[in-house]
Amino acid sequence: MNRPGRWIKANLFGSPVNTVLTVLALALLWQTVPPFLDWALFSASWGGGSPESCRQAGGACWTLLAERHRLMLFGLYPYDQHWRPLLAMALFVALLAASSHRRCWRPWLALAWGALIVVASLLMWGGVAGLVPVETAQWGGLPLTLVIAVLAIVVAFPFSILLALGRRSELPVIKAVSVGYIELVRGLPLVSLLFMASVMFPLFLPEGVTIEKALRALVGMTLFTAAYLAEAVRGGLQAIPKGQFEAADALGLSYWQTMRLIILPQALRLVIPPIVGQFITCFKDTSLVTIVGLYDLLAATKAALNDPAWRPFFVEGYLAAALVYFCFCFFMSRYSQWLEREVAKGTR
Amino acid sequence: MSTPIIEIKDVNKWYGEFHVLKDVCLEVAKGEKVVVCGPSGSGKSTMIRCINRLEEHQSGRIAVDGIELGDDVKAVEAVRRRVGMVFQSFNLFPHLTVLENLTLAPVKVAGVAPREAESTAMALLERVRIPEQAGKFPGQLSGGQQQRVAIARALCLKPAVMLFDEPTSALDPEMVGEVLDVMSGLAAEGMTMICVTHEMGFARAVADTMVFMDEGRIVEVAPPAQFFQSPANERTRRFLGKIIGH
Amino acid sequence: MGGLAGLWGSRRFRGLVYQALVIGGVIAVGGWLVRNTLTNLELRGIATGFGFLGREAGFDISESLIPYTPADTYARALLVGLLNTLLISALGIVFATLIGTAVGVMRLSGNWLMARLCGVYVEAVRNVPLLLQLFVWYGLVTTLPGARQALNPLPGVFLSNRGLVIPGLDWSGGGWPVLDLPRLAGFNFTGGLTLSPEFAALLAGLTVYTAAFIAEIVRAGILSVPKGQVEAARALGLSKGQTLRLVVLPQALRVIVPPLTSQYLNVTKNSPLAIAIGYPDLVAVSNTAINQTGQAVESVALVMGVFLCISLGLSALMNWYNKRVALVSK
Repeated sequence: MNRPGRWIKANLFGSPVNTVLTVLALALLWQTVPPFLDWALFSASWGGGSPESCRQAGGACWTLLAERHRLMLFGLYPYDQHWRPLLAMALFVALLAASSHRRCWRPWLALAWGALIVVASLLMWGGVAGLVPVETAQWGGLPLTLVIAVLAIVVAFPFSILLALGRRSELPVIKAVSVGYIELVRGLPLVSLLFMASVMFPLFLPEGVTIEKALRALVGMTLFTAAYLAEAVRGGLQAIPKGQFEAADALGLSYWQTMRLIILPQALRLVIPPIVGQFITCFKDTSLVTIVGLYDLLAATKAALNDPAWRPFFVEGYLAAALVYFCFCFFMSRYSQWLEREVAKGTR
Repeated sequence: MSTPIIEIKDVNKWYGEFHVLKDVCLEVAKGEKVVVCGPSGSGKSTMIRCINRLEEHQSGRIAVDGIELGDDVKAVEAVRRRVGMVFQSFNLFPHLTVLENLTLAPVKVAGVAPREAESTAMALLERVRIPEQAGKFPGQLSGGQQQRVAIARALCLKPAVMLFDEPTSALDPEMVGEVLDVMSGLAAEGMTMICVTHEMGFARAVADTMVFMDEGRIVEVAPPAQFFQSPANERTRRFLGKIIGH
Repeated sequence: MGGLAGLWGSRRFRGLVYQALVIGGVIAVGGWLVRNTLTNLELRGIATGFGFLGREAGFDISESLIPYTPADTYARALLVGLLNTLLISALGIVFATLIGTAVGVMRLSGNWLMARLCGVYVEAVRNVPLLLQLFVWYGLVTTLPGARQALNPLPGVFLSNRGLVIPGLDWSGGGWPVLDLPRLAGFNFTGGLTLSPEFAALLAGLTVYTAAFIAEIVRAGILSVPKGQVEAARALGLSKGQTLRLVVLPQALRVIVPPLTSQYLNVTKNSPLAIAIGYPDLVAVSNTAINQTGQAVESVALVMGVFLCISLGLSALMNWYNKRVALVSK
């Protein structure tokens, strides 16, 4: 038998069970793929300008995206100012791409990230250099999703390291406080935490002090993410052999020197996959701010579909939003696999 | 004889209920080479780990170069500057190169300029005969090479005393020799050493004093000639009989 | 000064100082928050305490496992919500485990096509937010045809915009239960069990989402069993199925159970997303209560307490199970 023939026999019809599975899979594909292609491509409406054209076409309504993508991507941000969040996002993606090259792992990268946060906020807020001020209440869509995800991760990460170290501390009080915080937060649904942040924050603060809705949600996301990240970091700390601590002690390194120079560099390498996994979770979880009334990507998509004329084509709208989420998450998980191999390269 | 550089007096230590060290007394003079042996679980590792306070003792007195070890952080730091330690499992830092392993403590702890620390480190790597491995990571070296790097790392702070905690036990037999050679060289230069080891050939050749421990006690202290020919204690005799294999 | 510096040199003393600082900080922040909260509540004229639980709720709940009317108390309304939460979580866990295990095993089945299909499913579902998936499920369920044109995929199972209707068991006759098949009567169904569109969408969303994660856990668990175990079992003459069932899975369970526990907890913690599609779970009911009474602190505390209890209970159960499947060594 020729090689493809052998491969097909071994991988698709190797045993009766195998054959049944193959037939089942083929049946499933036959049932789903042709109708899907017909819906998504052949019968689809590609830009008739109105919901009416979609109804006539009978297939997928890509017209929806052509007509409503600005609302889905930018939410309530003033229409004629959309170039500002777009530019901010472009800068963000560019820097993200730069960060994935080992050649760029220099001190300036950290500075560049700091600069990005400043420039992007100025772009979004405006009020300087002739830019019209835009309140955070008007921010929305993908930029809001990215802002919340990035800031929550950036703030939660150092906090989570402190929590993880606290949980491994020999000092009973510090350990108890860390464990208490981590377990409390991990026992709660994020939705409750976000509700608490939006309903109770105003009660917690002194009279007259108010903070914006977006900031409240951000605080909730950060507190939540930190607890989970701390557990991931702790996993790495536990995996470091005792001998490493002893050798550092014997050389006279202080606690913080030991952690900074010896333990954390090794521990964080070990837990790249769970940490990035947590980043991905955090990114997906930003969609929950929809529930407390912020216009992130998901909520903006929902709003774009609110028009009764477009509502029948919700699948197309959500599919597009899902694709955006998917791209970011998939990129992050592939990046984590690459990063894991890359940092392992040096030491072995 | 001058004042001892290491003084251990009536030291007791418990792990919970378990009494690991029982009234241990030992004095080591400057330049003296002490080899500690005894069955596993006899407390020999625990004793030398108390000397740089990797373990705390609960009663008695341990002093290095006149500095008494206790709760005081400064004293512990001072002692660790004077005492180098080599572990059974090397404990090199796998994420740092060999050279970085060596320069870490001088730069970060002793505040030596990086340039100077590097040249000292290279000189030490020459001495343990692996200067060509400076840029590699520990995972790329053999066990014997790793242990020699570990010795060089311990020497980087120019310690007055070196502690060896079974330095050859984790090595393949063919690599034991290269490590013992480095240790003998060190002894010949007059370094004060305390070695926990079962390498009796090395002990015979290098040691000034043999110490035998059993069940947390120091059972016998004697010069090697006497120790190996006519041990005073019955337990020592039995142990030597087993380990030398007559 | 010398005394103080000497004291600062002591490791124990330093430890005590650090801990005292942390306690002080926690108390200071906590006290500040409590004081602000009390002041704010007073300003808004909200009485603190759980007294509102005994008052009449006055709102209806669309579905309930126990009899409930708007005339019942807030306590009973919250109990209805809690039972709904427990129901959806329990069913979600069961279905997600079944589907997830099947998909996980299938990914390693050696059937190239099936493994690829399952891989696509896992990657697609895991990288899209659950809430988005819930919106799609809910949209799909509500655009189903009406009861008269209901889809009838299996005998006795009807899918329409009234929800999912399945055969139920009738216990009313006493003794053995009788199978109760749903029938179309007018514009709706009678008999059988009806799952509301909201319930069906939430269950579908939670199940499909969690199953993808469980599939990965099962796959990793099976891969963790050394190849030598399979070879030894095959050498003893066990069939492929027997090897999987008797040798591989029991060992894989040790690796699977801990992460599986956290997925089960995730199901319960994700169930409050119900609020986005209008299924009355505990969080949804408590939100209504907050809106009506303003008793935010008490309601949030209550919900948090309940979720902590569920988490702890489920963890304890899974820990007990984990001990049972753990290998005995030493």
